[in-house]
Amino acid sequence: MALKRNVGLKGFRYRGGGPMWSWIVHRIGGLAMVVFVGTHVLASFFMQQLGSDLATTINIVYESAYFQAVFYFLVIFHGINGLRIIILDTWPKLLEYQREVTWLQWLVFVPIYGLSVFIMLQRALAGG
Amino acid sequence: MSSRPVPKVGFNFEYLMWVFTRLSGLALILLALFGMSAAFWMGARTQMDVGTLLRWTFFPNPNHVINSDIPDVTLGWANAYWQVMQMLIFFFGVTHGVNGLRVVIEDYLRASWGRVFLRGLLFLFWLFMLIVAIYVILAS
Repeated sequence: MALKRNVGLKGFRYRGGGPMWSWIVHRIGGLAMVVFVGTHVLASFFMQQLGSDLATTINIVYESAYFQAVFYFLVIFHGINGLRIIILDTWPKLLEYQREVTWLQWLVFVPIYGLSVFIMLQRALAGG
Repeated sequence: MSSRPVPKVGFNFEYLMWVFTRLSGLALILLALFGMSAAFWMGARTQMDVGTLLRWTFFPNPNHVINSDIPDVTLGWANAYWQVMQMLIFFFGVTHGVNGLRVVIEDYLRASWGRVFLRGLLFLFWLFMLIVAIYVILAS
């Protein structure tokens, strides 16, 4: 199934532009979400049942506004990029405008993400 | 150097998961929007910060936000309707995520015992997550 040679970091030499970076961020975001939800459920379980210090520390990190700002970026990007993939899969003719769609995607992303994170960090910096 | 074999076309597991990924992705976005709207309708704007609102959005469970200073988190949320919604969002989320992890593994590993082992581990992880979530949802 897989390639029989080691691709490693050479993959980054492929200059696919916007759509390639969308794929990379989509994949990193997806992995981050699986790791986050997995460790978060485990940490909450051990925090409540055994009062584990490590689990409490992990959840304190997860509750900080800075972690949430980074994580929210990955979640919202994954969601909007996923919608783009669904739309382009359903109407393959639109694939012709792949690069334009990628820019349109950022146009949708920036207000949704920017506004939420602005409010979130504003509250966090004010000590709320 | 050999290239990848062309995947089989037709009604098979890969096709089913391809469809499931898209449908569950849409379902997750709709469920999240619905949970967020419900939170606003129940007074989130004056009672919650954005982080708490997001925690309600993605897993609307009273235990999930036990540490945030909301006067009464159980108000409006602790009923069978929201328990079903929590189960739906968790089932779609975990299945979508575990399937994504499977795709990543199969992108980088050729057919081998290691891959079979990882698949088995993923399946157990999926079952474990669902059991823990159902326990948390029903116990709160």
